[in-house]
Amino acid sequence: MSAAARSAARSAWTVRSVPAWMRGARAFFARGGAIWGAALTAAVLLVVAIGPFVAHYSPIDFVGAPFESPSLDMPLGADIMGRDVLSRVLSGGTVILSLSALATVLGVALGGLLGISAGYLKGAADDLIMRTLDVLLAFPQTILALLFVSVLGSSFLLIALLVAAIHAPQVARVIRAAALRVAGEDFVEYAKGIGIPPLKIMVREIVPNVIGPLLVEGGLRFTYSIALIAGLSFLGLAQDPPAANWGLMLNENRIGLTQNPWAVVVPVALIAILTVGVNLLTDAYGSWAVQGNRPGAPQPADIKAAEILDGPL
Amino acid sequence: MAILILRRLALGFLTIFMVSVLVFAATEVLPGDAARAVLGRGANATTLAALRRQLHLDAPVPVRYERWLGDLLTGHLGVSLVNGEPVAALIGPRIVNSAVLLGLTGLIGIPLSIAVGILAALKRDQRLDRVLSIVTLVLAGVPEFVVGIGLIVVFATVVVQWLPPVSMVAPGTSVLSKPQILVLPVATLVLVIFPYVFRMTRVTMIDVLDSDYMEMASLKGLPRSRLVLVHALPNAVSPTIQVVALTFAYLAGGTVMIEYLFGYAGLGQGLMDAIEVRDIPMIQAIVLLLASVYVILNVAADVASILVTPRLRRGRSWQAA
Repeated sequence: MSAAARSAARSAWTVRSVPAWMRGARAFFARGGAIWGAALTAAVLLVVAIGPFVAHYSPIDFVGAPFESPSLDMPLGADIMGRDVLSRVLSGGTVILSLSALATVLGVALGGLLGISAGYLKGAADDLIMRTLDVLLAFPQTILALLFVSVLGSSFLLIALLVAAIHAPQVARVIRAAALRVAGEDFVEYAKGIGIPPLKIMVREIVPNVIGPLLVEGGLRFTYSIALIAGLSFLGLAQDPPAANWGLMLNENRIGLTQNPWAVVVPVALIAILTVGVNLLTDAYGSWAVQGNRPGAPQPADIKAAEILDGPL
Repeated sequence: MAILILRRLALGFLTIFMVSVLVFAATEVLPGDAARAVLGRGANATTLAALRRQLHLDAPVPVRYERWLGDLLTGHLGVSLVNGEPVAALIGPRIVNSAVLLGLTGLIGIPLSIAVGILAALKRDQRLDRVLSIVTLVLAGVPEFVVGIGLIVVFATVVVQWLPPVSMVAPGTSVLSKPQILVLPVATLVLVIFPYVFRMTRVTMIDVLDSDYMEMASLKGLPRSRLVLVHALPNAVSPTIQVVALTFAYLAGGTVMIEYLFGYAGLGQGLMDAIEVRDIPMIQAIVLLLASVYVILNVAADVASILVTPRLRRGRSWQAA
């Protein structure tokens, strides 16, 4: 078989057997940012997922001297109370990660619901929703979250709801703009014309076409959730000692930085890697969706606005 | 346009009012009883009743709110539950310290971010621009206390010990008496605000550089420095004003963690101290103060953007999104 025939055969094989989503995924991961983002995020997720099962010690047992240096038995040394740093690191991300995911899902779902309703229904509903959100957006959210958590106590549900409530207005603002655009399209007009009820139009026509902006917003919000929840943990407001939690570990062990730096460096690096990884993935997805002009891709204006205005601002 | 600005100001007042209701609700009503929260497990009926009277917890809620707000507005911030000193006297020096921190951050961070943003726009898609875009992606992603701890690890403890890892001063001493303690907190906050101001400057500068009048000016043969500084810069700076104001608004909340991390005696650290001992009057005063600063700066950002953006002079701010 000649080289040309071989390559023709191979490409025919490729076209037939590789589904569209996989080709899309290949194009996506051809971007450097996407690979790095996926690798970093996956590394941290792996630590969180299998960590508790491979830990040598219990995260709350006292097994060494305070700030003991690394040894074969304790590769990252001991923390302020003489607990094994590695074991605490391995189980210290569970709460941060699951709380952040829960808060993000709740916030994006609520914000998406409000944004799509406002953008599709327009008129009085739009005015009512967006005016209310204007007030909420003007709230000093971080400070109020701090206040409520500190006064009402650190219940997981309260933290998740508070962070979700912070996200919802921002998500709604972006999704409303996207929904407004989709609502003007011919196929929506047509669906309206043949008498399909508004709720069905929103679910069947609008939602699939704003998935792109929703995903980008979700990624940005997830990064911010992690930052906020790790921050609350660092301030000692998310979990009480002796819980193993990366944020709390930083607070407990920073006093011994010169004796056993690993007790601080490793948790802080994991928080940094996770947030950077999610951020890279979000960024890569955004530019991939725009360039490939995928259905439901976020418009360049969305990305630009999100890039500049979102995050903690 | 005047109506739009007035409406924005009214919204600002409404927001501050609602924040005050929330603060009141969180600290005075919701947790059942502030007196019990203060006294904790050691509470008995007599001390509870006495403290309740002292905190006016025996009156109906709207009356208490009215009295509480009236006191705040006339400058009666109450006394600290910890040491009985007036709250105003306790937070005075902290306001100064936080202002020093934020002021230095702004003075250094904003010109720096704008200058680097312009540089990146001029060298668009070259190596420097790519490196900067990765740096800002990283900086914008990581939480602010992670940046701070990173700097402490590198410059104050593990790698080299050039700077103090904590920024404490004796009570009553000015933070300016030991300038070296300011270096790391200010550096942290500069790195925290850098990505936002940098990106905004870069994006607007690229828009300006691509515009027809810039091409015209360069076709006329004007020198590049004059082109950038006289023709492009003024047009790129005005949108950046809004981001600068938003950045400072964000810092009103973001300093809490940084001040806490460095033990810097500002409002944020005062808030954490007060939260730890449940010093309700201190918590109320500091939260309201930080919240008001945040709201005022947000309003200022919006007003600035209304003034400099022709298309925002009509319609509502969120319609321009």
